[in-house]
Order: sequence, then C-alpha cells, then structure tokens
Amino acid sequence: MKDILISGLLGAVSALVIAASPATAQDVTIINAKVVVGDGSEPIENGTVVVRGGKVVAAGAGVSTPGDIPTMDAGGAWVTPGLFAAVTTLGIWDVGAVRESNDQRAGSAPFSAALDTSDIINPNSQHILVSRAAGITRASTTTMPSSSIFAGQGAIIDLDADAKPVMQAKAFQMVELGERGAAISGGSRAAAYVLFRSALREAAALGQGLPRTPEIGADGEVMLSRFDAEALRSVVAGTQKLYVSVERASDIRAVLALKSEFPKLDMVLVGASEGWLVASDIARAGVPVLADGLDDLPESFEELAATQSNIGRMTDAGVTVAINASAMENTRRLSQHAGNLVALERIPGAAGLSWGEAFAAISSIPAKISGYGDRVGVLKSGALGDVVIWDGDPLEVGSVPTKVFIGGVEQSLQSHQSRLRERYIDLDESDQPKGYDW
Amino acid sequence: MSYTKHCIIEARETRAPFRAVGASLMAAVVLAACSTTGSASAGDDSSVALDEAPKLAAMTEAEGPFPSTYNPYPGVATALVGATVYDGAGGKIENGTVLFRDAKVVAAGDALLSTEGYTVIDGTGKFVTPGIIDIHSHLGDYPSPSVAAHSDGNEATSPTTPDVWAEHSVWPQDPGFARALANGGITALQVLPGSANLMGGRSVTLKNVSSRTVQGMKFPGAPYGFKMACGENPKRVYGGRGRKPSTRMGNFAVNRQTWFDAIEYANNPDAKRDLGKETLAGVLNGDILVHNHCYRADEMALVMDMAKEIGYKVTAFHHAVEAYKIGDLLRENDVCSAIWADWYGFKMEAYDGILENAAFLHKSGACVVIHSDSAQDIQRLNQEAAKAQAAGNRLGMDISDATTISWITLNAAKAMGIDDMTGSLEPGKMADVVLWNGDPLSIYSRPEKVWIDGALMFDAMDRKRRPVSDFELGQPGEGDVK
Repeated sequence: MKDILISGLLGAVSALVIAASPATAQDVTIINAKVVVGDGSEPIENGTVVVRGGKVVAAGAGVSTPGDIPTMDAGGAWVTPGLFAAVTTLGIWDVGAVRESNDQRAGSAPFSAALDTSDIINPNSQHILVSRAAGITRASTTTMPSSSIFAGQGAIIDLDADAKPVMQAKAFQMVELGERGAAISGGSRAAAYVLFRSALREAAALGQGLPRTPEIGADGEVMLSRFDAEALRSVVAGTQKLYVSVERASDIRAVLALKSEFPKLDMVLVGASEGWLVASDIARAGVPVLADGLDDLPESFEELAATQSNIGRMTDAGVTVAINASAMENTRRLSQHAGNLVALERIPGAAGLSWGEAFAAISSIPAKISGYGDRVGVLKSGALGDVVIWDGDPLEVGSVPTKVFIGGVEQSLQSHQSRLRERYIDLDESDQPKGYDW
Repeated sequence: MSYTKHCIIEARETRAPFRAVGASLMAAVVLAACSTTGSASAGDDSSVALDEAPKLAAMTEAEGPFPSTYNPYPGVATALVGATVYDGAGGKIENGTVLFRDAKVVAAGDALLSTEGYTVIDGTGKFVTPGIIDIHSHLGDYPSPSVAAHSDGNEATSPTTPDVWAEHSVWPQDPGFARALANGGITALQVLPGSANLMGGRSVTLKNVSSRTVQGMKFPGAPYGFKMACGENPKRVYGGRGRKPSTRMGNFAVNRQTWFDAIEYANNPDAKRDLGKETLAGVLNGDILVHNHCYRADEMALVMDMAKEIGYKVTAFHHAVEAYKIGDLLRENDVCSAIWADWYGFKMEAYDGILENAAFLHKSGACVVIHSDSAQDIQRLNQEAAKAQAAGNRLGMDISDATTISWITLNAAKAMGIDDMTGSLEPGKMADVVLWNGDPLSIYSRPEKVWIDGALMFDAMDRKRRPVSDFELGQPGEGDVK
C-alpha cells in the first residue's frame, strides 16, 4: 500500500495525503481483545477494535460491534497498533558485511545530502519480512553518513507485502555532528560545524537566487556538491525534518542553539545518550528525540553519562521521546527495548516508563515524530488500519504476533527464517535429503 | 627467583600428548608442590652455587604463571527463603530455601530446611538462580570506551597466534564488568581473544569481581580455553593482505599443518620452549578447552573431523548460528553450541540464523549455551535465553523454565570446565547466587542482589553496593544506576 507523499519541487511544502485504501483491505471487528491504544494509556481488557476500509473506526471498551462486517474473537489476546521503527536502514541492505548487497553507505560517492533513500527500498528484503513478523508495520529508513556529515534524505515506509513501500519520500535529512561527524569532516567537531553552517547558508542562498560558492571539498573529495546544497533547501526552509545525530550533552546544547541561527529548522535529535543531563533544555526547545534505549556504557567519550534511565528521565522532564530503532542488534528487538524500560520502574534510582508509555515509545511517539501523529501507531478513529494480534504481552521477549494487518490487509508472516524453521524442525533424511524438503 | 629442577622436569612431562584425563589433575598437584618448594627452598638455592654458576630458568607452564590472587570477600551466612528457585541443573523449587555460608552453597531445598544460624532474606515473590555465566565475552580486551588505544582483542598479525593470552589484554577497569553484574547477574565469564585469527590464543575465565588487577579476577582453578575461528574472518583478514589463508580450504590447511607441528613439539622433550606450541600441546593433552567460533553447519562438521584427525576435542562451537542443522552430529560428538538467540544477517555466514536454534538443538539432545559476545547482551542473557525458549515452545516443545536457566548457568560452566565449582546450587559449590526481583525469564525482572562466593557484590536496594570503575570517577553519571 502506498500512502502518498506529495513532495513538490525542491523547497516546496510537502503535504501528506492518505491514499484510498486498497481493494484487499478486510473490514473486521476484533472482539474480546486486550486492547492497547498506543497513546500511552494502559491496556483495556475485553475491548473491541473495528477496522473498515483500511482504517481504524473505533477501538477500546464499550465499542459497539457493527453488524455488517465479520467479527473475529481474539480470545483475550493482546491487540495493538503496529509498531513504528524510527530510524532504520530497513529495505536498503541484505547482508551487512556483503558490500554489494548493502546500500547503507555511499562512502565513495561525491553525493551526500542529495542521496534519496526512496529510490532504493526493496520490499522483499528479509529484514522487512522479519521485522513485519515482529509486529513492525511502518518505519523511517535512510542511508547513513559516509562521505559527508549529511546522510541523505530518508523515507517513511510501510512493511506490507505489496510492491510500493514508500509512504513519503524525502521525509527527513540526517546529519552527524558528534564524534563521527568530526571524523568525517576532517578531524574536529569545529570542522563539522563549519561544514554544516556553510551547507545551510549555501542552500539558503540557492533559494534566494544569491551567488553560489564552489563545491566544498578536501583532498579531492567532495563534502558538499551543488546537488547536496539543493537538497538542503527544504531543510533550511523547515519543510523537511532535520535529524541530528548527537550524543554528548554539550553537543546537544550546541545543536539546540543552532535554532536561533536557522530558526526554521525542524529538528529531531537522534541518539542523545547524554540527553538526560540537558533534558530541560531539550524540553524547552520543543525538540523531540529518538533516543538509544539501553545504552548504558561509556562506549565513547561522548557517551560517558549513558544510562538506561535516559529515556525515562527525559520523558519526566517533558521531552517527547521515542526509542531509536537503530540502537539495537536488529530492528525486531524494538519491543524488547521498550519492555526493559518498564523493568526500570522497580529499580531505586532508575527512571523507566510505565507500560503504556513504553509501548507508545515504539508506536505513536515515533510515528508522531516522523510526522504521522494520530495516523499511525495508534488505534484511534481515522488512523491507518495497522493492527497486530499477539500471543502474549507484546513487550515480553517471548511474545510474537499471530496476525499482522497493515492498512487493513492481513500480511504473511513468512520469511527465509520461517522456511528454515519448517525445514529443520526435524533432521529426518531417511527418505530424501533435506534439499527436497520444501 | 629460582625454582627447583624437579618442577621443570614435571612440567615437561605434562606436554606429552594424549594424557587427557590424568593430565590436568597431575599438573595441579605439581603446581601446588612447586609453589611450596619455590618459596621454601629459596635459601637453599643460594648455597648450591658454590662450584657452578646458578642456572637461569623461567617459571614453567605447570607452575602457573600469572596466578589468580582472587579471594572471596567477606559474607554472612545467608538463607534466601520463600522464593522460586531454579538450581541451574534443571531443577525448580517453589517456595524454596537456599542456604550459603563461608563462600559455599550449603543447601537448596524446600521450606522445611532449617535457617537457624543464617541471616534470613525474604524472597517471597522473587526468584533465585545460580550466578549467570557468559561463556563468550570480550569485556576487558575490547573495553569501553572502545577507542583504538583499547583495542586489544585481536593479535591480527598472523593467522595463528596460539602464543597470546587474553588475560594480558584485559583491562580490569572496563565499566562493562559492573553493568554485567548489576543488570545481568553475571558472576563468571570467559574472556576470549577475537576471531581474526584461525587460532586466536588463550582465553581466561574470570570472576566478575571488581579488581585492580586481572589476577584479582581470575577464576581460581578454571582451565584455560583456546580460541579458534572458522570461516569468513580469518580468510578475509589475511586474504585481504594477499597471504594465506584467503579461502576456507586455506583455513583448514593452515590449521592442520599447525597441529602437525604441535604434535611433533609435544612428542619432543628436548624441543626449545615455544609459547604457542605449549598452548597447542595443552589442548592436545586435554588441559585446555577448545572454543571454536564457527557459524556454518558444514564447516562445524569439517572441524569435528579435523579434531578427530589431530586428536583433540572441540568443547564448544561459538556463534554457531547454523548448529540447528546438525544437532545430531553435535550430540554424537558431545560438542556444545554457544549461541545468540536472535542475531542474524550481519554477515554471509550468519544469513541462516533462526530464533529456533537453541530449541532445535535441545530437541536433538545437544548441549545449548546462550552467550553474548556483546557488552550489551551480557546484561540480558536471561532475556536472550527466554527468547530462545519461547521460540521452541511456540512449536509445541515443552522447554521448561528450569532447563532454560541451565543454558546460562550450568551448561556454560560445563563448557568452561568449572562446573564442579559453580553453575548450580549444589551443596559445596561456590555461593554464586542471584536474587531476582521477579521471574528471570520475564523482561520485567532485574537482579536485586548478587553474591559471588557468598559475598554480596551488588544490591539494587543499596546505591553504594555496586562497583564503579576508576574510569567513571569524576565523570558525569558516576555511580548512577546505569
């Protein structure tokens, strides 16, 4: 299914239009469900979810059952909105270490900000199939910074089985301004900031018809081409979100200060391991955060204060925080990270999240940060019909979906992994080799 | 310092191949004797040198250089009562009582056990397990912060470096040790060299105690392990430099020739001492346990045949993402699989990783160990085990909670050769114990208290009862719950 993005020419305002639901969407009323709305509220026992025309019509307790559509008895099972994974590289790689299968980084290319992830999403990628089977129904996905501090333009995608994964192209730009940004731009954060400011000024100049500076480069490598500057025009204009990957408290302050210089920037912090140290500043700036959920080691000098309480403390300070899906071994661990934050609530001195808050941090909040508030990641009237039925508490590590609907369409939960499971459930080769077992 | 000739001769003998069973015991006896002799005879040695120059001699392998200096910290006789107890050996006791004193487990039983003379801790609604054991860690040799100056896990200068010892790379101030203790209930771990080399060197088994030195962490009496690696890593690292091995067949060729040379060395009492071959001889003798990084099923099958050809035993395959394809072979060869619950896809040889790996191995009757290989996952081995259990039980298998706990306790201890000392709550074993604030196989539970050899080393309810690394002092977040 494709929920259309209308992204005009460079610098034009993007408008979001939800496409008409596909013909295969199934109208259904799910009854006898433990309903999770996804908005931070706690689960509702014996609830009902009504999906019609690919959208949620109603969800919760005391919802009347329409007489004209099929009813499905969940038997008390948990029923939730689909999870939203932000930010990921889903659909742009097969095997991490197999370079030819991996489009995450274009380190040898002369382009950076101009890279457009929407062109290269493969909906048949096993990671999309595996993530779908883990209840993830939508995601943001992007190339990663490599030849320059700018990662390129990420897309919002759905994880359904049709051939049109892109919901919104050029949804956001990402930039690295911490240690990695320093390394890419010549060895110092100071250089990264010069590059950042120059790039944005150049982009602004393009918008105003002012003279351009030549390409920015070093040692024969282009750090910012004309195409990249053009791609940044919508960032400067505030019509494309700017995800800023940064960890250290002082770096977060510096990034927030950029808003006074470039007032239209629509920023999102990514990582922010030391965010809790400057939580009130982040809250005051109104900048949302995709935060690493369980980082608690000083893995670098920019993460000395990392703690699993980071998200809880920022949330308590009034920051809008979702769990960063790129800060885990694989995307399907999203719910595991959320569950761990619930566990923290019982540890003296730690700050975690309530169950409802934790679930929201992997559903409605990342959707909202990605520009899909009230449309994705919630079971509310008018939201897209992404519904997941689970075999247990969705935040427990042992739980998996038994059914996944995306836009009202029930999805296959098969993958390379499920086929291997079916083949090797026994090792019996008495009649034929395993190669014939398919 | 000098040592008697007696020690040197005895040590040579332990190099003789194929003396598997008795060898390690004898070495231990010799070690004890030498240690005593070494200090007591110091005065006598000086008088020997009247008519000949004193002979120079390093300590021998059997004399145990770099000995453990760990001693248990003080503890109080403790009775944990009312909790659900998983004993690590597959047993479960509801409303159980666990007694320990003088660093040892006294008993694990039901509510009828007398707690007289013990400080009683109410575990109602809580759970008790043995200390969690990670068989595959790089804490200390790839510590945090992970800067180049700390990158000490791979001596990637030759495809075979059996001469290096991981303990010489371990930085005891790695903050990861404390996280593993507080969040994961880890009481013992094996730190291995990395997998760049076919033969990466010796591992070291540690108690997860804060210490100024690695010797202060070394697990007393634990055998050494030997790290080997199959597949992509060695051929990529060395093939990329235009040298052997650049293929999987090259991997095997280099391994086999190295083993042939080691056999010759072990058979030759006059051979010049060679650190690397000394370790290989230790493997051939059965004193040192082989831990073989190996992903693919077909490669594991070949390695098991190579081990038969040479005459050593593979104790465990690590990262064995395809072990489920050969559960029968692994059972027949008595080789454990140390695995992740859900890692897959990051490299070609990890492409076939499935959630059911542990469950299928268990069904085949093969040995399962859940490992981390990660400073993050070592904090959640209980969750990884639960994930692997659930994958099997979804298919109608009936893997009990108690069995699942054994994957991260007794089975790990067995594969590390320390199961006679820890890994379960059997009387007489080290009192390595975790009190969880709920079911350890639930995501909502965390360690509340962790004892190592009966000493309370972590208490979630007492902010000061947690180690803080030197590195973290005076830094933002010092002493935080993390």
